[in-house]
Amino acid sequence: MRRLLRGLLAPWRRSLQLRVVASTVLLGILAISLLGAYLFQKVADGLTEDRIGYAEREAAVLAARAQTAFDQTDATGDISEFNNFASGAIVALAPPANDTSRYVVFLRSQDNTNAVRLDTVLTGGLRTSPVPVAMREAISSDVGRQQRMVIDLDRSELVGEPSANWARARIPAVIVGQQIQVPTAGPYDLYFIYPLDREQATMDLIRRLFLIGGLLLVTLVGGIAWLVTRQVVNPVRRAAGVAERLAAGHLNERMSARGADDLALLGTSFNGMADHLQSQIRQLEDLSRVQQVFVSDVSHELRTPLTTIRMAADLIHEGRGEFSPALGRSAELLNTELDRFEALLADLLEISRFDAGAAALELDRVDLGALAERVVQAAAPLADKRGSTVTVDVAPGGVFADADARRVERIVRNLLVNAIEHGEGLPVTIRVAANSTAAAIAVHDLGVGLRPGEASLVFNRFWRADPARARTTGGTGLGLAISLEDARLHDGWLQAWGEAGRGSVFRLTLPRVAGEPIGESPLPLAPEPTDVDATTRLRPVRLTETR
Amino acid sequence: MKGRVLIVDDDLALAEMLGIVLRGEGLDVVHVADGSAAVGAFRDHKPDLILLDVMLPGLDGIQVCRRIRAESGVPIVMLTARTDTVDIVVGLESGADDYVVKPFKPAELIARVRARLRRGEEAEPERLEIGDLAIDVAGHSVTRDGKQIPLTPLEFDLLVALARKPWQVYTREVLLEQVWGYRHAGDTRLVNVHVQRLRSKIEHDPEDPKIVVTVRGVGYKAGPGG
Repeated sequence: MRRLLRGLLAPWRRSLQLRVVASTVLLGILAISLLGAYLFQKVADGLTEDRIGYAEREAAVLAARAQTAFDQTDATGDISEFNNFASGAIVALAPPANDTSRYVVFLRSQDNTNAVRLDTVLTGGLRTSPVPVAMREAISSDVGRQQRMVIDLDRSELVGEPSANWARARIPAVIVGQQIQVPTAGPYDLYFIYPLDREQATMDLIRRLFLIGGLLLVTLVGGIAWLVTRQVVNPVRRAAGVAERLAAGHLNERMSARGADDLALLGTSFNGMADHLQSQIRQLEDLSRVQQVFVSDVSHELRTPLTTIRMAADLIHEGRGEFSPALGRSAELLNTELDRFEALLADLLEISRFDAGAAALELDRVDLGALAERVVQAAAPLADKRGSTVTVDVAPGGVFADADARRVERIVRNLLVNAIEHGEGLPVTIRVAANSTAAAIAVHDLGVGLRPGEASLVFNRFWRADPARARTTGGTGLGLAISLEDARLHDGWLQAWGEAGRGSVFRLTLPRVAGEPIGESPLPLAPEPTDVDATTRLRPVRLTETR
Repeated sequence: MKGRVLIVDDDLALAEMLGIVLRGEGLDVVHVADGSAAVGAFRDHKPDLILLDVMLPGLDGIQVCRRIRAESGVPIVMLTARTDTVDIVVGLESGADDYVVKPFKPAELIARVRARLRRGEEAEPERLEIGDLAIDVAGHSVTRDGKQIPLTPLEFDLLVALARKPWQVYTREVLLEQVWGYRHAGDTRLVNVHVQRLRSKIEHDPEDPKIVVTVRGVGYKAGPGG
């Protein structure tokens, strides 16, 4: 049910045109219905009034004729003869047998207490008197005045008249009545009932015409609304299409802006915006290109002399045994500081390449487990020096992802080297796992960990955990910043967790298929508390096993 | 190590330093500073290896590399200051066998030079077949229907490595170690580019290779040919 509703609502929300047309049609239906109902009522009232006027005049004439007949009779002696005469006089007032335009009812008035009683006369096959009590009372209370009323006449039980003769058995009817004075029998009520058959037929026709006309009108209004909104919506849709193509990088897309109307204005302003955007983007691109060229030039200009220095320093370093102790130590310092300088230069150039947007991915299907093993092997000398054991735990079946192997390797190397350097000689674990959308590598050490708030700072350029602390480690301060950029380039995540004394976890999450969203990382960022406890407890055992 | 190295580099200090290091390894060194003089120097001195700077006055390293490659398979190691993918790939595609990125350590350069000079010293008489190709390992020749296909020594080594164990899948890392002599991780793009170059010479349809087949996510292997 809800889905059905949503299925109906979706195009409603999407299409302005649909909304406009639907609202116009709905409002049109409402307005036409109200107007139609009002007009219809007016026409019906007018027709009924006409009929009533006619009925009143005819009834007055016929009643006068009956009164005259009664006044001139001398057949009052014998009651049955008088009865026959009265019936004849009343029936004479009714139309011929096949004419049903008028019924006559002759009733003894309510307040007649006379001893002589005439029979009730009903013409046209009426079985019972359809005269409402209220009318009879009104006549009795206001003798000499004609009374009229509209009633609902039920003709389904007329004698001798099949109901199929009428379009409908129940019909509104005008009833007109007055009192006449019957000699010796006292006051009697004479009623004329006029069924509104003709008027009803006219009203039915008018109703049909109103319905058809209304439908046509609503359709017309809907069509007009559709055409009009199309004129507005189409340019808007075109604008949206052009905007989309612009957003997709086709900066030369423009709208056509002809004429001087609002839509042309929209086109013109849109194109103005696009021009402005294009020039801004061009400018930025130029800046970026200048930056790239500059970085590249700096790179080349710095690297060539540095290579010479490097080679010369190496030769000097190799021959340091022949120098005095001071010179020998200087040669050593020269060498190590050159290493640092080189690393710093390389990292700076790498960062500026990211900043210039010049970094590009070279995607391939990468076995992340094998990659982690390679990194661990390469870092083995450092791990040995620090006394850390590094274990790699790859999910069964291997973990593969679309990635740039060089960059991912660099990330993992950075994370592992950091973990070893801050791991205080305790074991380091690398876990590699995948779910349906993402693959992750988490590097977990049990060293100094991170203080609250530091997890977000570690990726900052040149950030140091403790500025006052001596820079004992060899890092450039850019490793994690570069790693973060590398991860972002993959649309991946690089996150840190740490607690003072409990160690830290750095987790890299990559989409398994390039371009697909990650959803959820297959590995938890923070270790389970029991996890840490277990590892802590196992620590001495693991050490004896490995040594 | 014996042999003659042609250094093409406009930076005189670096060229001199390179000379000192290489002579220390017992190699003969010839130096030219200008790209346009490089091809002539190559013809005059017939070096066993060329160290070629990418940025050169006159003719740039890429063009020099193409010209020399057009007439010889001599090992060419590029010296590049750029680590940008495009620069390296263009360098490799112009025919360079290997590259070192400045700044490099002397040991690194010597390892690369040694790896490229090592080959061709002693080869057992050995004949291999891969697809419809016949390989004479000692004679350094590859023939199809008796017609020789000219390959550079590096391309030849790559083909021989694959052909020695047909159907075994070689990862790029293993090929880097066996063919280029990298003991630690090297740049796998070296393998990709040279496989492409090799294919363009030996495959009937380089777009649909049958002799050197890619195994997605792993590496390459020698196919049945066709």
